[in-house]
Amino acid sequence: MLETLELKRTPFHERTSRLSVAQNWRRWAGYAVVGSYELSLDHEYWAIRDRAALIDVSPLMKYLIDGPDAARLLHKVTTRDIFKMAVGQVYYTGWCDEQGKLLDDGTVSRLGADSFRMTSAEPSLRWLAMNAVGMDVKVTEVTDQMAALSLQGPKSRAVLNRCCSDKLDALRYFRHTNTSIDNVPISVSRTGYTGDMGYEIWVEAGQALAIWDALMAAGDDYGITPCGILAMDMARVEAGLFMVDADYTAANHAWIEGQKSSPFEMGLDWTVNLNKKGYFVGRRALEQEKKAGPAWKLMGLEVDWVGLERLFAEVGLPPQIQGMAVRASLPVLADGKQIGYASTSTWSPVLKKYIALAHLQRPHYELGTSLTMEVTVEHHRRQAPAKVVKLPFYDPAWKKK
Amino acid sequence: MSVNQYDAIIIGAGHNGLIAGAYLARAGKKVVVLERREVVGGAAVTEEIFPGYRFTEFSYVVSLLRPEIIRDLELPRHGLKILPLPSTVTPMDNGDYLAAWPDHEPTRREIYRHSPRDAEAADEYGRVMARAAKAIKPVLSLVPPDPSSMSVRDMLGLIKLGQYAKSLSETELYRIAKLVTQSSADLLDEWFEFDPLKGTKSASGIIGTFLGPRSPGTAYVLLHHYMGEIDGAFRAWGFAKNGTGGVTAAIASSARALGAEIRTGAAVKQVIVKGGRAAGVALENGDEFQAKVVMSAADPKRSFLRFVESKHFPDEFVEQIKNFRVRGSSGKVNIALSELPQFTCLPGESPLHRGAISISPSMDYIERAYDEAKYGQFSKNPYIDMIIPSMIDRDMAPPGHHVMSCFVQYAPYDIEGGWDDAKREAFGETVISTIERYAPNIRRAIVGKQVITPKDIERIAGITGGNIFHGELLLHQLFFLRPAPQWADFRTPLPGYYFGASGAHPGGGVMGAAGKMAAQEVLKDWR
Repeated sequence: MLETLELKRTPFHERTSRLSVAQNWRRWAGYAVVGSYELSLDHEYWAIRDRAALIDVSPLMKYLIDGPDAARLLHKVTTRDIFKMAVGQVYYTGWCDEQGKLLDDGTVSRLGADSFRMTSAEPSLRWLAMNAVGMDVKVTEVTDQMAALSLQGPKSRAVLNRCCSDKLDALRYFRHTNTSIDNVPISVSRTGYTGDMGYEIWVEAGQALAIWDALMAAGDDYGITPCGILAMDMARVEAGLFMVDADYTAANHAWIEGQKSSPFEMGLDWTVNLNKKGYFVGRRALEQEKKAGPAWKLMGLEVDWVGLERLFAEVGLPPQIQGMAVRASLPVLADGKQIGYASTSTWSPVLKKYIALAHLQRPHYELGTSLTMEVTVEHHRRQAPAKVVKLPFYDPAWKKK
Repeated sequence: MSVNQYDAIIIGAGHNGLIAGAYLARAGKKVVVLERREVVGGAAVTEEIFPGYRFTEFSYVVSLLRPEIIRDLELPRHGLKILPLPSTVTPMDNGDYLAAWPDHEPTRREIYRHSPRDAEAADEYGRVMARAAKAIKPVLSLVPPDPSSMSVRDMLGLIKLGQYAKSLSETELYRIAKLVTQSSADLLDEWFEFDPLKGTKSASGIIGTFLGPRSPGTAYVLLHHYMGEIDGAFRAWGFAKNGTGGVTAAIASSARALGAEIRTGAAVKQVIVKGGRAAGVALENGDEFQAKVVMSAADPKRSFLRFVESKHFPDEFVEQIKNFRVRGSSGKVNIALSELPQFTCLPGESPLHRGAISISPSMDYIERAYDEAKYGQFSKNPYIDMIIPSMIDRDMAPPGHHVMSCFVQYAPYDIEGGWDDAKREAFGETVISTIERYAPNIRRAIVGKQVITPKDIERIAGITGGNIFHGELLLHQLFFLRPAPQWADFRTPLPGYYFGASGAHPGGGVMGAAGKMAAQEVLKDWR
């Protein structure tokens, strides 16, 4: 009784809870997930960037979209050309309301000619159903039925090759395939939320623990490390990947117009295919915005370390930066006037830089623009010099290879 | 005689009267608040009907008490504590239940358990309603302008209102237009499929009105439910420590500290009119009080048809007040219990006992309950909104024992043949047996019960017709039409006589806006 008052447990809970030394639990879409297994994030973060990190991403919303009109529905709802998508391909995409403002973002995988899997951060069943009126298509939510693991890091391929029934060397970036581990069928996509080499593994919830155990065993020699979502949060900022409700407000959650963002404002120009055939939700508004150019743009902001040191030196301290991603809005100024804000900022251990995802007003979003970002120096708000850079901050050669 | 000389007299020490008194005293006026009963609070009272068991007799939750009133009158310093009333649970006939938590995720999961479709719809519905409430809320704190008047004040008010309407997006305007005309059943059918969810949501659209979920206009009342959401952390939704009598006690304490005098056992017989102006009041016991200004915080019928001779008002105004609909539609059963009610669907003591328990299995259930009331009967299977105050505030009952507050609808004021003791008894029995279906131990746990019919509300709290809002929250009785066209600005056709109660704009609930705004209008006119 009253089980609904508790946070849900993912199919991997039996393993993750036992490994969780820090008891640092976080909420993610109604589930309890590990924030960090250890007291410090370092070991988990470096697993993503140097070894293989195993991350429980089961709370992702997952939908199966099947039927003769499945492609039509996704073509209508997303900004990408779904008709051009090959079976086995995965698209990253945002989806908008009629005003061309982002509702959410996620991935679409084409499992077959008439069969897709979609992931999202927010519940999307209603939105899909509303847009599917008159179409021959079935949308099934499989969030609770399908477990998901993200295996990220330069050694991830080697780990999978060791335990999967097929070699994955041919699996290209943003493609997926079906294979098995110890006779348990799995679906593997070359995707992730870290900007490193990585895979996401989709498995029926009842078989989840077997897959976890097999991956941990296969990865042992490569230093596989269970990794919580806090280390992943640092990695995703380095990868220039943003998050709904942290870096933008879903259009249907916004209280006021100013809180909404278009895909162009979020730097998703490459996902908005205005040449695609036919109507899609938000098309007219996006065409207009494309012509006029977006008023805002999400860009990288790199804080000048020397300038930062100087601010801290004034009070006799070396720079004090939190060793994790911070989701707090920080004002960004040009010549002393606020022209934007950083929505997530983090220390980047791999780049040895203090970086932020920043929303900047035109014309301040041009590459190389000198701006300042708020930092707190011994309880005082100061402005640290910073420079506009392109996203992603970190883009290793092996990500797509 | 000079002892009874005041700047302002307020009739009625309910929350609005006390608030008006406090604001006038705060502005340096010499104020007396006159209360017919020996206790202050009006319909917001807590009384110990059975030794050791304290009932929050009539109104039982604080929903919309205005934040600025809490701040201006420093109510926390005077003992106001609003304790969380976190959840709502609807027991179902199949032994299951539907719960709503203050936290989004468990609520979503709970609805999902019954209907995945409704779980997502509920998210979106909540956002849409909250945005509509946000759009409409500024209007509530405006003094309603009279659209037919050419006075500068009204013109400016109308312009302000027009500009505000223009600031809303087209979608918002359409949505609001739809909300104010629709029935709650039509609205909820557009969004949801799960009956207990629709039943429970529709219930908040009919509270205090003599309408059913299928009656047009009830969707608007649902909106009032979301007003509290906008205040964020300041939101004053909950159960007041010591019951709603705790709220009025805090306001009374603040009013006294500000210099207002409060006299109980002072039943007003008539407003004294001299030279065409209200000049004081005469009490039933013959005492007289003189003042420059008299404000009534009683219901509209009493304020205009009883306290003042009709000859002082235009005939049309008297006619409009006569037509103001104040049909009471709900009753209250307060129960002292030796043990916690054991709900079949919630064995043992659960966190849901700290919240509201709603007998509202479907919209049809409530509509059927209304059908009976329409033809002069109390509902055989009524909608009941229960809370167990002793689970929230342990001082309400002896240790281990409990009190339960049951708001019951429908119980028509104009019951066929009129209310008498036998009917009151039968009504109480109907409520107990309805609860018994879901909590079988209730009968053996009863230590004592108090059954309150609309007639009793009228008799005890002095509200004509026994309507908890002093007049139904119907569109034709709201905003610039409340209580009568052209007189929604807290003034009345009798100079020096003001009106600031639930029957004035913006309406009922323990909100206090009418009392505060009326006091402000009095001060504006002060010369």
